[in-house]
Formats: sequence, structure tokens, C-alpha cells
Amino acid sequence: MSTTAVPATSHDEATTPAAWTGFVTGPWADHIDVRDFIQRNYTPYEGDSSFLAGPTARTTRIWDKLSAMFPEEREKGVYDVDAKTPSTITSHAPGYITQDDEIIVGLQTDAPLKRAIMPNGGYRMVEKSLETYGYAPDPVISEIFSKYRKTHNDGVFDVYPPAVRAARSSHIITGLPDAYGRGRIIGDYRRVALYGVDALIAAKKLERAELDMERSVEDVIRDREENAEQIRALGELKTMAASYGYDISGPATTGREAVQWLYFGYLAAVKEQNGAAMSLGRTSTFLDIYLERDLVAGAITEEQAQEVIDDFVVKLRIVRFLRTPEYDALFSGDPTWVTESIGGMGEDGRTLVTKTSFRYLQTLYNLGPAPEPNMTVFWSDQLPAGFKAYCAQVSIDTSAVQYESDDLIRADWGDDAAIACCVSPMRVGKQMQFFGARVNLGKALLYAINGGRDEVTGKQVAPVSAPVEGEVLDYDDVMAKFDKTMDWLAQTYVDALNCVHFMHDKYAYERIEMALHDREILRTLACGIAGLSVVADSLSAIKYAKVKALRTTDGLVTEYAIEGDFPTYGNDDDRADDIAVWIVNTFMDKIRQYPTYRGALHTQSVLTITSNVVYGKATGSTPDGRRAGEPFAPGANPMNGRDSHGMLASALSVAKLPYSQSQDGISLTSSVVPAGLGRTREEQVTNLVGLLDAYTLSNGYHMNVNVLNRETLLDAMEHPENYPQLTIRVSGYAVNFVRLTREQQLDVLSRTFHGAV
Amino acid sequence: MTTKADERSTGAPVVALGTPLVGGSHERAHGAGTAGLTEVEAERSARLAAVRAGDVGSVHSWELVTAVDGPGTRLTVFLAGCPLRCLYCHNPDTMEMRRGTDVAADDLLRRVQRYRGVMKATGGGLTISGGEPLMQPAYVRRLVRGAKAMDVHVAIDTSGFLGAQLSDEVLDDVDLVLLDVKSGLPETYKKVTGQDVAPTFAFGRRLAERGTRMWVRFVLVPGLTDAWGNVEAVATYVASLGAAVERVEVLPFHQMGRDKWAELGMRYELDETEPPSVELVERVRGQFRSRGLTVF
Repeated sequence: MSTTAVPATSHDEATTPAAWTGFVTGPWADHIDVRDFIQRNYTPYEGDSSFLAGPTARTTRIWDKLSAMFPEEREKGVYDVDAKTPSTITSHAPGYITQDDEIIVGLQTDAPLKRAIMPNGGYRMVEKSLETYGYAPDPVISEIFSKYRKTHNDGVFDVYPPAVRAARSSHIITGLPDAYGRGRIIGDYRRVALYGVDALIAAKKLERAELDMERSVEDVIRDREENAEQIRALGELKTMAASYGYDISGPATTGREAVQWLYFGYLAAVKEQNGAAMSLGRTSTFLDIYLERDLVAGAITEEQAQEVIDDFVVKLRIVRFLRTPEYDALFSGDPTWVTESIGGMGEDGRTLVTKTSFRYLQTLYNLGPAPEPNMTVFWSDQLPAGFKAYCAQVSIDTSAVQYESDDLIRADWGDDAAIACCVSPMRVGKQMQFFGARVNLGKALLYAINGGRDEVTGKQVAPVSAPVEGEVLDYDDVMAKFDKTMDWLAQTYVDALNCVHFMHDKYAYERIEMALHDREILRTLACGIAGLSVVADSLSAIKYAKVKALRTTDGLVTEYAIEGDFPTYGNDDDRADDIAVWIVNTFMDKIRQYPTYRGALHTQSVLTITSNVVYGKATGSTPDGRRAGEPFAPGANPMNGRDSHGMLASALSVAKLPYSQSQDGISLTSSVVPAGLGRTREEQVTNLVGLLDAYTLSNGYHMNVNVLNRETLLDAMEHPENYPQLTIRVSGYAVNFVRLTREQQLDVLSRTFHGAV
Repeated sequence: MTTKADERSTGAPVVALGTPLVGGSHERAHGAGTAGLTEVEAERSARLAAVRAGDVGSVHSWELVTAVDGPGTRLTVFLAGCPLRCLYCHNPDTMEMRRGTDVAADDLLRRVQRYRGVMKATGGGLTISGGEPLMQPAYVRRLVRGAKAMDVHVAIDTSGFLGAQLSDEVLDDVDLVLLDVKSGLPETYKKVTGQDVAPTFAFGRRLAERGTRMWVRFVLVPGLTDAWGNVEAVATYVASLGAAVERVEVLPFHQMGRDKWAELGMRYELDETEPPSVELVERVRGQFRSRGLTVF
């Protein structure tokens, strides 16, 4: 039996609340089940984009006002900071862009682009950020968080074993969320609109009653405390909404209210948590039910429906967190990963595309291209032709759409899953992940060669083992050593993640996000690997060519000399691709050997955003010929320039990586200039649709499509002021090109631009 | 090393097909190699017999391309060897057959098989390019027949100079010919390629009479092929082929191939040549358009 809280309406009526008039009822009316509500009430849309409306004067006015503030923000790094008020759901007075002109209201602080501090993750990060941007930390806050209140960051470092510390400081395990919010949790914000907050509280109280019937053992006690925090957070959500003049105790009654209610839920989350990715979920088709009801009733026009979505997206675009420049370098730009998952097919074969799926994408025209919200289309060859063509067109015009395989995601996680961050799928409201950043497998290979010593510092990091002997590397010998090093790495890595997430739950619990989840959820321990292509090519070089190890005087191998050719990953050549598959399978199998905190399911991603630059910097020369410090390829991408048989051949190599062994996602970024897609716009659209079909039918999981040309990027580097909105997709995420570091910009340029896809 | 090309005064041919000069695209990481294909190693006489039978061919590289070598996304196979020596050749490394890798037809056809799904999803197919594919007619026959047996759309990218090598029987299985007409005036054609234009013209007429669909390509090189009269001659000829010609592609010359000439130790005549101006490209496209042709 599932939890059956009858969501009492705010008026506590026994009958269906007025807010639900016209909806087909079903199990969703008796207990929380948003998917059931969607399935019974949505209107699939099989047509084309001709119905869409442009921006209203009001929309343009609001966006122009914000756009005028962006240059200053870009210049200073932040527009403004409230350094004195640790952010909570209710910490700040209501904020507006132009109060009387807004349709959807709510800001993280009392003014647009003003960032808040969120010290629970770690106070050092807050202090450092404030200093960077010229703000003085408040002495009272400093005292509280150094003397009285422990943070997640403090907790983690109390419990890390020496092996984890050593692995962390040598950058073989890297990017751990031990000093910042882990993110990658998606509250089911739709619940706020569908049921109203009172019903959600009632359901949580029922869960509490169940917990109270169990013995008070450690995990039950923790669940009860979390439940209490969730209920408290829901109360604060109502209070926050009330400060904007809204009573959200009951369900939303109109399309605009549904958007507003849902947004309040999301806003509470981004007021409370500075998570590495604060994704939105899968909201467009849910909201479409409300907008469609209003449209059918003649209560609104298409222009008004679009305007509501536009205003919502404006808000999502200005979510801001206070972070350090190092953080921004690691994550490329200043990302918030407000990922919205759009489209896909239902389990019953109907498409989940609705008119509002189009309306979300239309914001990229009405407001201009932008990286946020991170528009993510669940692609299947079964999608309606009109939607496919529109997606391709939007990609060609804006480069601001990423694609995930709907078929792979649906098979594992159902048809109400959404992406957190870039490629991490989860059932909305029923699943969360313990974000694990990633290990640097390139470095692991070098450790194997050097007996556990770091190739940059010479320090012994992994346990002492026999380094390779002789001049020429022997494939079997290196493989055996690499296998052992991965054993150590997997163990140390899972250890680290267990420490991190124990403390995150304890000191920086996501109260409101988890309040919008079921009681029983699936947790995944999302491990990750970086350097896949470097390692695959290195092993291929050792196997198929002759690789000589060059040692320093104290015996450390720091350089390699390669004689002969070798197959490289990214050319649909099994000789190299099989090695990449072996790496993914092997490391996943090793990860699975170690128990996880809260019984989380082990998963793995092959994803790096542009942190491939950072990882490359920390890694010595590798046997594939990559020189010390040079960037890795992003995500699961083949190495830049080594994929010489066309963009699709490159993609088909990536598609060989088994999703079942990388359930947290496999990221591929492909760049193409428009002319590479066809002679005419129609041809370009058709060809891009064909490529996406071909890739997903070949079991490809994810693809970013950058449609640009080199001159544009070069000019943008020289004249960033002319390109405030230039969006490019890098490994699972769209970034503002002008906000990348120069180094990252050069890396993007050096990537293969496939003149012909 | 001295190559024949170095001694030639009139040209170095090429089917600049290996690297189609797509308008607006800047760089094409050109298919390096034959990854995933197995090199056939055979003793000399056995090799010759296999080549003669079309079981083995000399392959420069393969690539999956979109929008350049025919409709959709295609497996384009670049065969090695070419009878022309086009001065502007973008892929001089495909001129000589000996630089290719020996690949069994069955091996290539397995790759076609592998990409059938891709071809179906994208409306693509197989394009046999070069070099000049018709240097290896038996091999081409094997590939065309094998692909057609899998119901794959087949295109051949050729200068037409060796069109007579292609039997009607093979042409029956060819869905599209990408016909490179390198110039219209015989003397210009000779200067550009070192060869005569007549065989190309004859091949095009034969295709038109058979009703074989064609995309005609013309590489626009300032100072070499851009003369009004030369373009008029091409355009008049192409227009005379009638409805079989579905489109004309005017490909602006660029210098991306320059380094290859140096690497091969071959003299490159066009060092000083600039890519055509937008105005020139438009003028030339206009010459084709004025005859009612669909031009890109």
C-alpha cells in the first residue's frame, strides 16, 4: 500500500475542490500521485509550432530591465550580495523586478540579482566568496558559524580518513561536494500547485504517524527528524508565499496560479540550498493541463499563456548563488542547472509533448538564447514530427537545447523522470541522488604505472605497489596494475562519498526539496569518472603501438614516447571503443563492491562539464601522447581532433558505452556549424532530426548540439560585450561563452568543429 | 621525392570531393583513415587478382558525413587514385592509388550494413567518392551491388572522366551521381586538370538520357575557373542535361588543402590564390540560376 494521505483541501471539503473542476479524477485525487494526474488529464500535441505567440511588450520590458543589469554583474562577478542574512525560505522580504509589471513573482532576496549567503554547506566558502567580491563578512555571522553552529564542511573533515584526504588533495578524487551544496535533488514542485501546501503537510503528518509506530532506532529517528523538518519547511513555504500576497495552502485554480504555486515551491528550494545543480523537474506538460483548461474555457489567449511561461522563465534565468571563482572555474561559468525536462513518450505510447513543451522552447526566441533554464528534450524517434522539427530549429538558432534518450530513461525510470543537472535521470518526487562528482581515471592510470605515486608531486598517494619496469610498457602488465589501482580508488571513493552525504544530511539537509518527495525514496550514489577517452587511447597506444616510459632521476615516469599508430576512441572502431567500454564496466563493477550510506544504489556517470580543463591541468602526461596539463575531453567525448571519421562516427563510439553501467548518464558534446547540416534551413532541420534519431536509435544517451561557427567564438572572445547571450553547449550543460575563462574559451575553440557533421 | 605531378605543367586533378568545399563551413576534419577496417595483406599476384575481381580496393578513408555528399547522413568512402591532377585539389593524398589501404569489399559492406539504421533514420546512404572511384570500376561494382542488395541509397561522386568505365548495369543500381564539372571550356579544363573535358560531357549526357539523377558541382577558383565564358560553358552544358540535374553546387575554393601538398612534396600552384569573394560567388551562382537551375 502506498501512502494514502487524502489531500485535504484548504477548505477541508469532502468533495472535489473547485480548483480541480474539469479534471478527470483518479488515484491522484486520493493520494499524492502527480504522474497519475498528468496521465489522466494532459492533451498530447501532435502539431507544429505555428500556434506560438511572440513576446508581449510587458515581457520585453521586464527582460530589458534585467538585461541592462547583466553587464555590471558580469563586470563585477556579482551584482550585489546580502552578506548579513543567512538565507532561509523566509529570510528576506519580498523582492521584485518591477512589482506592478510582474505576472509571476518571487525572488531569492529582496532585489533582483542580489545574492544571498547560505552558510550551512560550509562557512569558509561563504567567507571566501565575500572577500573575492569585496564584501566584509558579518562578524556576528562569522561567530555563529565558527563557534556555535557546525557546517556540513566541518562535519566532513571531522570524519574523512587519511586515504580520502590524500586522494582529494592530489586531485585523483575531485570536485566532491564537501564544501558546497550537493544539489541534484529535484523537489516535485508540481505538488504545490496540484494539492496546495496544507494537503502536503497533511500527507507528511500521516507519514509521521507511520514512523511513530516503528521502534526508535537510528534510521527511524533520523526519518522522524527529517519529517519534522520537512513539515516545518512547508509551513515556511506558505509564509513566504503569503509575504507576496498569496495563500498557497490550497490548490492552484488557474494556469497562472499553477505556475506561481509551482515557482514558489522551487523558489523556496533555491532560497534554502546553494546546490551544485538546482533542477526544476518535468513541469511543462503538467502546467499545460492548467493552461489548456483556461484556454478551452476562453479565460486566456495563447499570448497570455505564453506570457505566463515567459515570465516564469525570466525568474528561472535570474536564480543566483554566491560562489567562489574556483568553483566557477570547475563548473564553467556560474551555473545553476535549472534543468527542465521536456517532451518524451509515455509508457502507454502517447507522446508527452504538449503545447507548453513548445512554449518553454519558445522562450529562447521571446527572451533570446540563454543557458538557463537548461532546456532538456527527451528525444525519441517516436516524437511527433512537428515537435522534432521545432527542437531542431531551436537548436540551430540558439544552441540552447540538450537531448537525452527518452527510451533509455523511460526503460529504467519510467515516464515521469527528469534530469538533474546535465544527464542524471530520476523519478520526480520518488528518487534523489547523492552527488559524487568524479574520480580522475587518467591519473589512476598514471598511479598504476608509478606504483601509487603521484606523477606531478612524486608523493605516494595510493598504496605502495610495484611500478612498471623496463622501457616499453607492456599491455597486460599495465592492465593488471591499473585494475589494482582502480580497486583502491573505488574503495576510497565510496568511503569519501559516504562521509560527504552522511554529513550533508546532518548539517545541510534539503528540507523543502525532500518535503516534496515521497517518504520512501530511491537514493543513488552517483559516482563518476573523468578522463575516459584519455585512458582508452592510452591503453590502445600501449596495446597497438609501442609506448616508451621516460623517467626522472628518481624513477618517476613523467613522459611517454610513442612509436607507431594506434586506434583511437571516437572513430567507431571496436579496437579502441572496446577498451572504453571495458573501463566503464570495470570501474562500475568495482564501485558496486562497497556498501553505501543509506543503502543507496550505486550508479556512475561519464560527465565532466568543462571541468575537463581543470582535471587535465592536474594530470601529468599520459601514454596517449597528451601532454601534462592539457585538457581532457569533456564527458564521454573522444579526444579533440582524434575523432576523424565524422561527428556521427564519433557519437556512435560513445553510444557503445553501456547505459546499464552508467545509469547516472553519459555525456556527449557535438559541435557543428550550420552549413554542416545542410544547404537550406529546411535541410538543416531535417538532417539534425535525422542525426538525433540515428544517435538515440543507436542507444546514444545524451547529446549537446552546438551549432556555431568559429568566427563567432573568436569575435566573442575579443568583444564579449557584444555577445552577452552567446550560449554554447558543453558536456551536458549550456554556458554563456563570455563567462568562461579564456582558457576554457580556447579549449572550446580547439575542439573539433565538424564542418560536415 | 619527385612525383609526376611535379613535372606537369597543366595541372593536377582532383576531384575535390574528398573534401567538399561546403559554403560557409571552414574546416572539415577530413576523414583520416580507415579506422575499423582491416588492411588486406596479400602476396602480389593474389592481390592483383583480387583487385581485378573487385574483391579488394584501395581506400583512402571513410567518414560519416551529413549534407555534403548527397542527401541525409552518409557513409562516404574515399577511394584512392585519380586520373586528374587538379591544381586546386584539396586532397592530393588521394591522387595516387598506392597511398591507399587495401580493404576487402566485404569488409566495407559490413560497415554499410552497420550503418543501415543510421541511413534509414537520416534519409542517407552510401557515397563512393575519391580520388576518382571509377579508377577501380570492379570494386565500385561490388560495392554498389552489395549496398543495393541491402536497399541502401547509393551515390557516386565522380569527375566523369572515366564514366565510360561504368556499365549500364551498374548505373541501374546508382541512385545519384555527384558530377564534378571542373570547367566548361576545353582549354581551361585542360589547364585545371591536365585532361580533356569531353569524357565528362559525354558521361553527363549519358546519365541524362538514362534519367539518372545528378547533383552537379563546380569549384570556383579565382583566376582559374572564374572566367565568365568558362562558367557560361559549364552552365549551358548543365542546363542542356535537363531535369536529371536536381541541383548545382558552386563550391568556393579555399586553402585548407595547402599543407597536404607540401607534406607530399608536391608543387602547389595556387599558393597565392584567395578564396572567391562573396560577390564573385554570387555572380557565378547567378549564371547558373539564370538558366533555371537550382543552385547552392
